[in-house]
This record gives sequence, C-alpha cells and structure tokens, in this order.
Amino acid sequence: MHLVYPAVLAALLFCTGLYGVLARRNVILVLMSVELMLNAVNLNLVAFDAWLRDTLHAGQALTLFTIAVAAAEIGIGLAIVLLVHRHRGTSDIDRLRDLADTPGTPDAATAEPQPQPDTKAEAPA
Amino acid sequence: MTPTTTAVLVPLLPFLGAVAGFLLGRRAPGFVRPLAVLPTLAAAVLAAVTAAAVGTGPATDVATRLTPTGSVPIDLALHLDGFAVLIAVLVGVVATCVQIYSTGYLRDDPRYPSYAALVSLFTSAMLLVVYTGDLMVLLVGWEVMGICSYFLVGHYWETEAARAASLKAFLVTKLGDVPFLFGIFALAADTGTFRITGIVGSIARDGLDHPTLIALLLLAGVAGKSAQFPLHTWLPDAMAGPTPVSALIHAATMVAAGVYVVARLLPVFAASAAALVVLAVMAAVTMIGSGLAALAQDDVKRVLAYSTIGQLGYMTGALAVGDRGAAVFHLISHGAFKALLFLGAGALIHAAGTNSLSAMSRMSGLDRRVPDAYWTVTVALLALAAIPPFSGFFSKEAVLGAAEHAATGGAAGIPGAAGWTVLISGLIAALLTAGYATRLWLLAFRGSGPEAPDHSPQPLAMKAVLWVLFVPTAAFGLTAPFLPDWFDGRSLTPTLTTSVLGTGIALVGGLITYATWRHTTAPATRTAADGAATDPGRVLLGPLYRPAAAGFHLDAVYTTLFVRPVRAAAVLVRFLDREVVDTYVRAAGTGPRWLGAAVRRAQTGNVQTYLGALLAGALVLAVAAVLVATGTGA
Amino acid sequence: MTLAAASHGFLTPSGVEIAFLLVGLVTLGAAVVTVTTRQLVHAALWLVVALGGTAVEYLLLTAEFIAWVQVLIYVGSVVVLLLFGLMLTKAPIGRSPDADSGNRWAAVAVAAASAAALVWVVVDAFRATWIELGTPQGTTETTGRSLFQYWVLPFEALSVLLLAALVGAIVLSRKGTDTAAGSDGGGTAPLPAPGAAAPSGAATAPGPALREGQR
Repeated sequence: MHLVYPAVLAALLFCTGLYGVLARRNVILVLMSVELMLNAVNLNLVAFDAWLRDTLHAGQALTLFTIAVAAAEIGIGLAIVLLVHRHRGTSDIDRLRDLADTPGTPDAATAEPQPQPDTKAEAPA
Repeated sequence: MTPTTTAVLVPLLPFLGAVAGFLLGRRAPGFVRPLAVLPTLAAAVLAAVTAAAVGTGPATDVATRLTPTGSVPIDLALHLDGFAVLIAVLVGVVATCVQIYSTGYLRDDPRYPSYAALVSLFTSAMLLVVYTGDLMVLLVGWEVMGICSYFLVGHYWETEAARAASLKAFLVTKLGDVPFLFGIFALAADTGTFRITGIVGSIARDGLDHPTLIALLLLAGVAGKSAQFPLHTWLPDAMAGPTPVSALIHAATMVAAGVYVVARLLPVFAASAAALVVLAVMAAVTMIGSGLAALAQDDVKRVLAYSTIGQLGYMTGALAVGDRGAAVFHLISHGAFKALLFLGAGALIHAAGTNSLSAMSRMSGLDRRVPDAYWTVTVALLALAAIPPFSGFFSKEAVLGAAEHAATGGAAGIPGAAGWTVLISGLIAALLTAGYATRLWLLAFRGSGPEAPDHSPQPLAMKAVLWVLFVPTAAFGLTAPFLPDWFDGRSLTPTLTTSVLGTGIALVGGLITYATWRHTTAPATRTAADGAATDPGRVLLGPLYRPAAAGFHLDAVYTTLFVRPVRAAAVLVRFLDREVVDTYVRAAGTGPRWLGAAVRRAQTGNVQTYLGALLAGALVLAVAAVLVATGTGA
Repeated sequence: MTLAAASHGFLTPSGVEIAFLLVGLVTLGAAVVTVTTRQLVHAALWLVVALGGTAVEYLLLTAEFIAWVQVLIYVGSVVVLLLFGLMLTKAPIGRSPDADSGNRWAAVAVAAASAAALVWVVVDAFRATWIELGTPQGTTETTGRSLFQYWVLPFEALSVLLLAALVGAIVLSRKGTDTAAGSDGGGTAPLPAPGAAAPSGAATAPGPALREGQR
C-alpha cells in the first residue's frame, strides 16, 4: 500500500480537528476535535510503523501510549469543563474571557452578540 | 612663629570659626558669639603680627603644590608684601569690629548664628584673596566672597527688596567674573603660570602677547567686584542687607578686592596703555556719576553706597596712573572711615528708626540722642570730604598727586591723558564728595522739628566699635611718610599744589552746600511739612536731581538692553520647549499609546482567536522553513 | 523497496488500497460532519463513526491490537464520557444555531492552509514510498511481547499518569473544598452532595475503563 494514503488521510483528519478546535463554541465539541487530531497522529504512527517495520514496534507502542494519554486528557478536560460550567454557568469558549486586557472593552475581532453582561454578572461568582 | 605660619593661620581661623558656627549654631547658641568674635579677633591680631614680622623687608613667598595639575600648575602660594599684610590688618580689624558690632546690632535676630558664620567665612575668603600668591586660589576666595555676599545681602529674605538685591548683586558680579576667569586663563596661557610673582616676572622679562585683551577681561571682573561703572548698580541695592554687612562687605573689604587685584597685577595693566586709559575713564565716570547720585539719594545707606563707589573710583584712578601705593593707601584709609560711617549710620538708623534723610531732617536732637555716632560720623565725613588732618585727606591727596604726576608726564609709560582724566575728575569728585558729605551731616544732625524718638539705648558693643574705628579714621593719615617703605617706595605725602587745590575745592563744595541749606531752610520754616524742600541736593542739582536720584536710570537702561531681551528669549525658549520640543516628546508617548490601544484590541480574551493566530503564524514559519530547506523559495 | 515502490502505480491500486481509500473517505466525511454539525449530540455520534473508521484503517494496516484498543477506549469510553459531559453541561438537544463561534472563517482559512501545506509536503515526500503489508505487524502477540519486553518502564509511568489524572479529576469535580470529601476513599464512592454525584461519576469513569483497556 502506498504510504501516501494513510499519510494524507492523517493530514486531512488533523486539519479537520484543527478547524473544529478553532471554530467550535462548545468546549466539549472542542475536546472532540482534539480527539480527532490525536487520532490523526495515531494513524500516522501506525502507518509509519508498518512501513519501517521497526523491531521494537515503537510506532504501535507509542500509539497505545497516546491513546492512554488522550483518555487521561479527556477525563481531566471534562472535569475542568464541568467545573467551569458549574462556576460560570456556560461552557461556551468565547464567553470565558478573563484573559482579555480590559473586560469592559467591546471586542471587534469576534462578533459576539452580548458577552459583556454575562461576564460581568458571572465574574464575582 | 614665622610669618608664614601666622599668615596661614590668619585665613584659617575665621574659616574654622565659620565651620564651627554652622555646625554648632543651632545646638549651642551660647557658643555662637564667642565663635563669631574670637577667631576673627585672633586673625586680626595674627595679621598684625604678620605685618610686623614682614615689615618693610622684602616680600615673603611660600608655595606648596598639593598635586600636579597639568600644563599650568596651581600652587597653594602665599605672597606677603607690604600691600598684602597691611590690607590683611585692615580686613581683620574691620571684620572684628563688624563682628562685635553685630553682636549688638543683631542681638535679637533669629538667624544670627548663620549670619555670624557667613561673616566669618567671608572674612576668611577675603584674607585668602589678600594673602594668596596664586591666581587660582585667589579666584576661590573671590567666588566664596561672592556667594557669602549673596547670602548676607539677602539676610532679610522676607522682604522683596532684599531678595531682588541679593540676586542682583550675585548676577552682576558674576557677569564680571566670567570675563575675569577668561582673563586669568589667558594670562596663565600667556605666561605659563598662575603665580602672581611668576606672571609679573614673566611680563617684566618677555612682555605679553595680548596685554590689552587680558587687561580688559580682568577689568570686567574688577568692575563687577569693585562696583565700577558700568557694573556698579548692584552696590546701592545691596544696602538692603544688614548695616554691619554693608560696612564689612560693601565698604571696607569685598569691593576693595577688585582694586587689590589690579594693584597686584598692575604690570599687566601697565603693559597696555589702552587698558590704562579705559581704567581712567571708568574711574572718572564712576567718580563723577556716583558723586551726583549720592547728592540726590534720600536713604543714608544709599548715600554711603554711592560714596563708596566714588571712593573706589579714586582707587582705580590711582591705579590708572600706575600708582598702586596711592591706591592701596586710599583703600586702607577708606576702609577704616567708610566702615565707621556705615556703623555710625547703623547707629543713627537705629536711633532715628528710619533710613530716610528727609525724615531725619524733620527730627531735631538726633546728635544728642547718639552722641558717640554723632562725633565719630562727623569726623568720618570730614575724612571722606578730604579735610585735613584726617586720613582721607592724605590718601586722596596721594591719589591726586599721583594723577598730577602722570598728567605732567612725570610717570614713565603712563599716558598723559589718563593722568589728566583722573586729575580733573578727581577734583570734580572732591567737590561733589564734600557736597554730599555736608548734605548728609546737615540733614542727619541739623534737622528741625520734633525731638527724635527715644529708642532703647545703644549697646556698648556698638558704641565701642565706633571709637575703635575712629582712631585710624582720624590718625591713619599721619602714617603717610612711613608707608612708602611698605609699598613701592614712591612718596605718598601730599604735594603742595594738589593739597591746596583739593582742600580748597572740598571747602568750596562744603560751603556751597551749607549756604544752599541755609537758604532752603530759612523759608522752609514756613513749609516745614515738606521736608524734601530743605534738601540742598535738590537745589544744587536742579534738573539733574531726578535722574541722579534714580542712579541715572542705568537700571532702566539695563532693563531695556539686557533684561527684556533675555526675558523675551526665555519666553521664546519656553515656547520652543513647550510647543516644539515637547510635541516630539508627547508624540513619542502618544504613538506607542495608540499602538498599544491597537494591539490591545487584539487581546480579546478569546482563546480560539489566540490559537488561530498562533497556528497561522506557525504555518507561515513552517512553509517558509520548508521552502528555504528545499531551496525552492526565495 | 524503491524498486518495489516503482512497480506499484497509483492507477493500479490493490484491493487493500481501495478498501483503505473508501474507509478513509467515510472517516474523513464523518470527521467533517463532527466538526460542522449544529446538533451537539450528533457530533458525538459522528465522532463514533470517525473513530471507528480509524480503527478499520488500523486493521487494514495490520495493527489489529491497536484497532481493538481504539474501539474499546475511544468508542467505548471516550465518546460515552463526552456524551456525559454534553448532558451535564446542559447542552441543547437538537439544532443549536450558535454552535460555531465568530471566528469560523478564520478557522476555515487556517485549517485549509495547513491542510494544503501538510498534504503538499507529505505527498512531495512520500510519493513513491510503498508499505509492504505481507507479514502482519501488530498482532496482539507481537505487540504484547514488545510492550512488556521493551516498553515496560514507560508503560508503568503511564499508569502512574493515569492514576494522577484520576485523582485530579476527582479533586477538580468535587463541589467546594469544605465538603467532607476525605471520606470517599476510592473515588468511585458517590459524593455526599446530590448535585456532585453526577460529575464525580463522570470524572471517575475513565479510570477503570482505561485500566481495562490497557490490560
């Protein structure tokens, strides 16, 4: 089998996940997109393992580890999401803007309809 | 002790006294008076000892070099000759008198400790100037005097006049000091040394390359310090300081420093005929102008200030005809009687409660109120008017004799024009001097009207000092036959021509003033309320009275010529700074602020935006790296 | 291998290649739907399809153990976890119009650009590389042998990582710090507060599931 097939598929899956990470509003959907990206990496690992015929099976071992790490990540990630949701009442990623320079400044980069009242109301919670 | 040791101690003691006074002034008020008087007194005694030790013998020169200072060495040098030791005695005596007098005059002043320390420091600086043999060291003392004068004139800094006067004194003397500094440098560059003996020797050997330039530069500093035209305007205003300060600084010592420096550096001036003529004209203008102005002043102290300017004009006149013996003779006798006049005037003001002559002329019995001041001031005024046998007569005749000597071509290397200028202006000034001295005496002691108010009695310290200074005022002239041994050896005894001429003119001036006074007071009994009408100066000067009272509006001229352009330039500079330079500064602040505001808009807090930008950037970098690595790019 | 690769053209694909291509298309399509659908629960379900497709691809690449682990962990636990998460955060069932945030077109641009760059580089680099799939690479026996022969230490380290994740998830999802949480030893025990029971259960779920998957 040509290596190009799994490699291109992995690249496309990765970019799909990338799009999801950048474009999705719900944090859980963002986590799903992260899973997609991890899977793309796994596919690459497996494909190159098959091509290189590594005696240590490094590719496959690494894939297993990645899967385990991904599972740990999803566990912690979901815990964080739940915590945020419990504190802020939302899991929309573009409403969590405590990193903004001045919370009062209207934001031109994102066409967010009404972020201000929510953040202000929930900030003390 | 050798003369060197005592001479070192003379400036050092007042300096240590000043330091101790500054340190202890607040903490130990009881020590302030001894600390003020004793070091100065000791310095005066030591100065007398030094004078006795040096005597009429050859000059003593001692020098030590602390550190090499490059091409032109600077030495801590002492030069003790007749001029130096005698002036040092004068300074020491006057300073001691002033310190003692001040203990009475300023006994209730809260700032007396710093005042006394400043007077000590000033005395120390003056003694340093007198004794030093190195121009750089001289300059140190010169500038210390300037700054002390600034502080002392501004002693009553609560009043606007004192603040303005102290600033004016400082600025005007500094205006002269800058050319003076350049002159010293030029002189040192020309002769290769700062030592006065070295400079004089070099001039005698090789001459100078630019004598006129150097002499004129030095002259500017001398004119500033010795209050000669056109830099004299600070001296009358400086009378805003306490009267003892006027006596010390502005009569006896500091203003004499300029004359003393010219006397020490006379060969430099003598090398340039032009400089001598300038000096003579300067002296003439100063003498006559100040005499006219003194005749019109209402404030006692301003009369004395203008008279000081005039007497300094006599000294510079003597220097202009190349006779430094006469100049220093007049310096010493003038220092004594002018200090007496000022201190007596202080007593007078103390008693009358006013500075104003016209106010005093409306009081009677002022002479009975302060008999000590009355007698001593009377004698001092006679000395000022050069009436024999008091000291002023001898010293002034020495000056006039030297001028006559030069005018008739008796002095080698001195232009006859300078001699004639000094002689004629000196005679006119003698007339004026006698006039204003008489006017002062008549207005102050022969006033008519209610009795003078009875203030508290004069402290003993003030009275005693007057009589101490009375001695040289009355009798110093008798030393004239012996002084040439201390000086250059030229005779200082009065010649017949000039004595008759000078005394006659002085008597004429005094009599004219007296006659005018009688004339004006007789009808003035009817209009006694108008005290100014009894002023003989007003009648004598006629239309000149108003300009003379205002110092010939020289201050207004200076305001137009210098102050306004400088103010305009300041406004311009302020405008340039505020509006032009600051625009760039503000723009340098505003630009980044706008940039920051623009960048801040990117800080939305939306993590996805950040991540997107990060990935886009990483992508661009990766593509660029790949293109570069494969060589297909660029 | 280059000779062998040269003899295999793209226009004469083998059976495995055709199968891989078809499954790959399905996987990619499912992934695209996952990231674009407006129904959040559907996204999770489409994710199952995508992950399952990947598992099939693993099988086609002769990595059978990985394929089963993929099915077990991803499809079996991760997706279930995600669904739990969706429900616990009260995600709307049905179409939600604002599932995509405002910087969607920027995301499209970045993703498309990186896809183009990656595909270009990958194709440029591996145009002629051929994978010999004659002998299976990832049978359970070989994988287990290598895992416990050469990779034991990382494996054990990973189990520590999982334990840490487990503890972390418990700590994070506890409600407040002042509750008597010290008593719920294992982490599977329900928390006293009724509202905290569901998150704690969801957070502790990966622990046992993953351990099963690992063994």
